Amino acid sequence: MAGTIAIKNGYVYDPLNEVDGEVMDIFIKNGKVVTELSAAEMKDAKEIDAKGKTVMPGGVDSHSHVAGAKVNTGRMMRPEDHYKYYQKKTPIAHSGCGYTVPSVYLGGYEYSKMGYTTVFEAAVPPMEARHTHEEMRSIPMLDMAGYLVLGNNWFLMRYLKEGDIDKAAAYVSWMMKTHKTYGIKCVNPAGVENWGWGENVSALDEANIHFEVTPEDIIKGLAEINEQLGIPMPMHLHANNLGHPGCWEITRDSLKIPKSIKAKPNTDVEWAETKMKAQRHQSVYLTHCQFNAFGGTSWRDFESGVKGITDYVNSNDHVVMDSGCVPFGDATVMTGDGPAIHDLYQLTGNKWSNTDVECECGSGVLPFTYLKSNPIHSVQWAMGLETLLYVKDAWKSIMTTDSPNGGPFTKYPQIIAWLMSNKARQDTFEECHKWASDRSGLASETREMSLSEIAIVTRANAARTTGLAHSKGTLAVGADGDVAVYDIDAKKIDVNDYESIIRGFQNASYTIKGGEVITQDGEILAIPEKNTFYSDIAIKADSEKEMLKDVKSWFKYYTIGFNNYPTPDKYLANPTPIKVNAER
Amino acid sequence: MVYKNIICPVCGGSCDDVQVELKDGTIDVQNACKMGNAKFQEVVSSHRLLKPTIRENGKVKDVSWDEALEMSADILANSKRPLFFLGSETSCEAQEVGLHIAEYLGGVADSNATICHGPTVMGIQEAGCVGSTAGQAKNRADMIIYWGVNALESMPRHMSKYGVFPRGYWAKKGRFDRTMVTVDPRKTPTAVASDLHLQLKPNTDYELLSALFTILNGKEPHPSVEEITGIPIPVMKQTIEMMKESNYVGIFVGLGVSSSYGKHRNIEIALNLVKEMNNYTKCNLGALRGHCNVAGFNQLASYLYGYPFGIDFGKGYPRYNPGETTCVDVLREKDVDAAFVMSADLVNHIPADAAKYLADIPMICLDIAPCPSTTASDVVLPGVIDAMECDGTFYRLDNVPVHFEPFTDSPFPETKSNEDTLKQLFAKVKAKKEA
Repeated sequence: MAGTIAIKNGYVYDPLNEVDGEVMDIFIKNGKVVTELSAAEMKDAKEIDAKGKTVMPGGVDSHSHVAGAKVNTGRMMRPEDHYKYYQKKTPIAHSGCGYTVPSVYLGGYEYSKMGYTTVFEAAVPPMEARHTHEEMRSIPMLDMAGYLVLGNNWFLMRYLKEGDIDKAAAYVSWMMKTHKTYGIKCVNPAGVENWGWGENVSALDEANIHFEVTPEDIIKGLAEINEQLGIPMPMHLHANNLGHPGCWEITRDSLKIPKSIKAKPNTDVEWAETKMKAQRHQSVYLTHCQFNAFGGTSWRDFESGVKGITDYVNSNDHVVMDSGCVPFGDATVMTGDGPAIHDLYQLTGNKWSNTDVECECGSGVLPFTYLKSNPIHSVQWAMGLETLLYVKDAWKSIMTTDSPNGGPFTKYPQIIAWLMSNKARQDTFEECHKWASDRSGLASETREMSLSEIAIVTRANAARTTGLAHSKGTLAVGADGDVAVYDIDAKKIDVNDYESIIRGFQNASYTIKGGEVITQDGEILAIPEKNTFYSDIAIKADSEKEMLKDVKSWFKYYTIGFNNYPTPDKYLANPTPIKVNAER
Repeated sequence: MVYKNIICPVCGGSCDDVQVELKDGTIDVQNACKMGNAKFQEVVSSHRLLKPTIRENGKVKDVSWDEALEMSADILANSKRPLFFLGSETSCEAQEVGLHIAEYLGGVADSNATICHGPTVMGIQEAGCVGSTAGQAKNRADMIIYWGVNALESMPRHMSKYGVFPRGYWAKKGRFDRTMVTVDPRKTPTAVASDLHLQLKPNTDYELLSALFTILNGKEPHPSVEEITGIPIPVMKQTIEMMKESNYVGIFVGLGVSSSYGKHRNIEIALNLVKEMNNYTKCNLGALRGHCNVAGFNQLASYLYGYPFGIDFGKGYPRYNPGETTCVDVLREKDVDAAFVMSADLVNHIPADAAKYLADIPMICLDIAPCPSTTASDVVLPGVIDAMECDGTFYRLDNVPVHFEPFTDSPFPETKSNEDTLKQLFAKVKAKKEA
């Protein structure tokens, strides 16, 4: 029977269901986790012996740049990234190439080999959403969704200036539906619009040119709208001043803004039977904390500013964040924060691409290599790990590299090794610039994450934060049958032998999606159907009508007509609306 | 019935405000330029290819769709290394299937960029591209530079829709709020309409750009540049000053830059100049792409396989080396033994020796109207006209994808679109290979 499988005798790590390494059997029937299979069903079911292996829910990456215009700009401008890193076609799999910016097929396979089954594209420019969806549709193996970039949107800035939150909310709900996206992304609020004139903003109370709204107005406004609408995930924030020494303070202050806003996710979905509450309670999800946690005042006195942020996160419960780790080596930096990439161009002189998107947002792309011999890069490596290790409650953090900004997602196993093994970290200190230990506190940090904590930061919390824990990031009854089986013996694991941790997480013994084995020991066995999620937000017809009048009257500043603006369903693989019941 | 908001399938401008009315055997078109109007007339033209044909013993004869597809599949399945030229006058959806067949057969896939803005793309691979969507210039630009392009005639609505005349959010008075400069060795209508025309000598773009770059960096260019380019140094200095003093400079390049001496190096230095200019003021560069979906193939091929054009699947994985894996080179080197040409009159646009070899090898051509390529083909598959008879995707000149909807149906009961035709062909090729 398709999608029916029994995974027996593995050490199961399912934090949302409070299962911590117990030897258990997992049963999946027709693609969903069930309590058990009947004898008749067992006869037809595939059976996997996971004895001595680690079993986790399929990995969830809540912030990765894998599809869309700027990712593709990275691919197009970087043949040097592709020549040496390629994969041949097989009877079922396509060929592909690209190390930091893999082509779509290769990217899907590589995630899947590591046991990941769900990935969120971190930034979808509305006008180019058709492009992002086209690429997501082509990425195999993964369920996907994208975040809509709204932090510098003309319509929203105008509404926020006028203080018309209701119309702003109506606009956001219309945009989510129009472009089939999942959550609100706020990138360098107010600053990217200024980049339209080659400028930026540098303080939370600095109003931008012409629109005269401040980063604070936008962060507050979007966080409010997010909860008023009941969007599954918190507002996703890429804070101002990214990549500037001393930026940790503005990041912490940005996190304070939505403190009083109460999380009210309001989705109409079937919840898996998890023991923990699987709904988020945070009102802000900070992304790639490391890049926003620079200390010092210049490159000369540069140091880690992570502690200032993690102290705040530890003492407040409305924040969740992902790390943006730097695993050394080649990267391609790409972000909706156009001015930040211009700064990096000035710093490095590397080739630089930029695309400003009319009335909406911007973006920049630049090749980058993190060197162990470079003092700043070495501190950044330490900072990325600090952002995860300093946060006491793993449920407040998520592991990412902001792929491919800190490094490609294929380095995740290496990062897991650093998190689980102090020896791995100390060995790297030996190899990298001494600033890593002098300018950060990582050298004296002895915490070693358990497999359960790794399961939280690589799947359970990513799923809970994004509001997908009703079906992802858990193996509770009713959840999707997405499972990763790693060749790691939880009882015999020796974290000093961290190479074995890397090996274990690099190629899952089995990646199972919807109850079907899709990869085994790094080999692609099947290309499953995939889903694309988006928020389908119910809103009063009147408010939408009023708002659309404004939108239509301003549409003349676009170069595309109102009727040709939306993203049709055909660009999505199995469009799966998540019903959000605003104002029920 | 009148259809509105139709997307024009001619140039990279992808105008999305065309209005058509299909009557008995005629079509009435509003808002399109001369080029656009002419293309819309194809839907009712008398020379439209309506029957598949094959060449047998030197004679061309009409055959059924099934026979034509069978013969095409035979040619491809028996080829050791087929060339797929996936032209830019059709949708990404059709090009995608073409790329899949090329991958499956281990062939070479290329598109119009290879003989068009390929050097521009290669320049971007050297320097990156600081650009924007078209509306940024419309709303903000107070200085527009057309370099090596006669926009008024090659993309007739560019100036009125995107570049110069439209009333933008800040450029409220349209043309009156902008300074317009044209750099072109010819005195084109675009140059005549400009405030400043830098009439450089042909093939001296690199030297002029280099001198401008030198001036921007605060240095004095070598005096010989005046004689070489024909532009006085004070005029160059004035141009750089004008740029620095503007709030937003939009530069649009055409084939005059990427296809004159220096090729991709011209674009590279132009892009480097733009990058440095951003240390003084906002400055963006964009290419005026010729065909409706020439940008689309670059995007599609990059995301599916990692490279923008000239992809060789011979080793089972994508390889890209312009000059080796590109269309003209594989033909000149006689490195392919069959060809599939879609929606591009290839024979008409490549060097004679390459075209001659193309005519010698078995060739399948999918197109809407007779052209030298269909004449030289062994199998001709009639094309469905995108944006008129089927839906799909084009990428605009600024790489923004537009989704188009048809206003009428495919004239062929056998196929709904070029994508459909290629899918049928792929199924037959697979059946033959796997038999």
